[in-house]
Amino acid sequence: MSNIPVDRKYSRTHEWVSLNDDGTVTVGISDSAQEQLGDMVFVEVPEVGQNLDATEACAVVESVKAASDVYAPVSGEITAVNEGLTDSPETVNQDAYGAGWIFRMQPADASELDTLMDAEAYESFLASEAH
Amino acid sequence: MPFIPHTEADIREMLAAIGAADIDDLFDEIPASLRIGKLSNVPDGMTEQEISRLMLERAEADGRPLCFTGAGAYDHHIPAAVWEITTRGEFYSAYTPYQAEASQGTLQLIYEYQTMMAGLTGMDVSNASLYDGASALAEAILMAVRANRRSKSRRILVPLAVHPHYRKTAHTIVHNQGVELVSVPYSSEGGHTVADTLRQYEGEDITALVIQHPNFFGILEDVDELTGWAHRQGALVIAVTNPTSLALLKPPGDWGDAGVDIACGEGQPLGVPLASGGPYFGFMCCKQGLVRQMPGRIVGRTRDRDGRIGYTLTLQAREQHIRRSKATSNICTNQGLLVTAATIYLALLGAEGLARVAQACHANTRMLVEKLSANDYVEPLFNRPYFHEAVLRFSLPLADVLRPLYAHNLLPGYDLSTDYPELGNALLVCATETRTAADIDLYGDHLNRIIERQTVAGCPVKPRMA
Repeated sequence: MSNIPVDRKYSRTHEWVSLNDDGTVTVGISDSAQEQLGDMVFVEVPEVGQNLDATEACAVVESVKAASDVYAPVSGEITAVNEGLTDSPETVNQDAYGAGWIFRMQPADASELDTLMDAEAYESFLASEAH
Repeated sequence: MPFIPHTEADIREMLAAIGAADIDDLFDEIPASLRIGKLSNVPDGMTEQEISRLMLERAEADGRPLCFTGAGAYDHHIPAAVWEITTRGEFYSAYTPYQAEASQGTLQLIYEYQTMMAGLTGMDVSNASLYDGASALAEAILMAVRANRRSKSRRILVPLAVHPHYRKTAHTIVHNQGVELVSVPYSSEGGHTVADTLRQYEGEDITALVIQHPNFFGILEDVDELTGWAHRQGALVIAVTNPTSLALLKPPGDWGDAGVDIACGEGQPLGVPLASGGPYFGFMCCKQGLVRQMPGRIVGRTRDRDGRIGYTLTLQAREQHIRRSKATSNICTNQGLLVTAATIYLALLGAEGLARVAQACHANTRMLVEKLSANDYVEPLFNRPYFHEAVLRFSLPLADVLRPLYAHNLLPGYDLSTDYPELGNALLVCATETRTAADIDLYGDHLNRIIERQTVAGCPVKPRMA
């Protein structure tokens, strides 16, 4: 049973999105995702200033057995990336919702956040995917 | 690993175990309309005796001319030990080993190959090889496009002094991926790529610059100046080099202030026979920071759970069996057999031996150029330093000279008129360490006689050579 904090939203591609006070959002991958991928060996972060559409691939998490794309959950501009992941990709496994954040972005359209799932919906989504 | 084929009895037993009447039953899922049955234009098989004779006849048709041609593949001496060892059962494999636990010997050899290539080129890492020099350049270009995230143009500057086959191959492979190859002219006096001709691209978005050194004409480029220019423009630098030359010339890892980003080239000179054009192998090395964008197999060294050193394929998440359409390349193999030969060749020669080979090549080419250009109708075309190849200009039709030279069982050089018609009657000649002074004299004497016959006035009847 993986950890799904209620203070954030989730995408169908297993990113979590948390709204910051300054209007930006922080994005990472869920605990369920990091568990499935296994030990991280490399994270390719996006470029600051990059403009993305919602669901556009913008980062890569590479584990010992797979390399998986990370998708922008909403449209917007990358404002920050977690440089620490270059030296310590395992942070994504150890603290997926905290220190394992991957990037921050300024959403172009705040209403897009409403299309994302809350914790309960994500939990049902995971249960249905398991079949 | 020994090959133990099934016997008829084994086959019958297996079919019985699964309840199939014969082997054809195993294919009955394939619709009859899709089955070919018999390949109509493939002739019947031949006996071993027939095929041996056929191959002997074909090999004889090639002849064994005295070779003064380079142009990307070089006739070097290969010590007997190289192929004695390479063809031993323990090494004799074309393919890269997925099963680390059963292939430590092969993996260690590939690791040592990678170490040698990285050392030779002065770069941080090497892959386990690609198919050949031409496709290695194409892969390097695609890698530069992926790796240079700041550049969006996908425009690559490619000097015309880069091998014409490499340029054509690169174009074939990259142009459907939206990559534009922009030609950069060479100097008609020096045969080199002049840094000033790049000025027109200053301030533009250029993804990478390719530098071949020595270039196709054998001429040495201004590698530091060109590398420095490219890096100042935010472009990556791809070096295309000859591995023998690296025993004497400055390696790509030392070009400019920071060294090149990717170094590639043709590995044939390292213990691989000419073999009518292949198989050869391509090498690729890069800086550490770009290693995740590098295509091809990479072998890494690690420790097993008992703390012993072991070797394994690594960084496989770049490759298509994991990353599929987002892989760094469609290549999923290496040229294992040729890499084995090259590693043994380098191990046998060592740094000193390779330097001696390179020095002998250069000395012989100089001797060849001097001997041939002693003739009034022949002169060196370019006035810059060269390595082991040079272009000679003839002031009479080249075809009239080449025909009789072929008839004298010589491969006199590579005729440049198809690829570089602007050079007129120009021939790219090469003398490796395998050409003796007597060989060079033979070529020169034949050439002098042939030219004299063609140019001496008086007899209006020109001899017709077959």
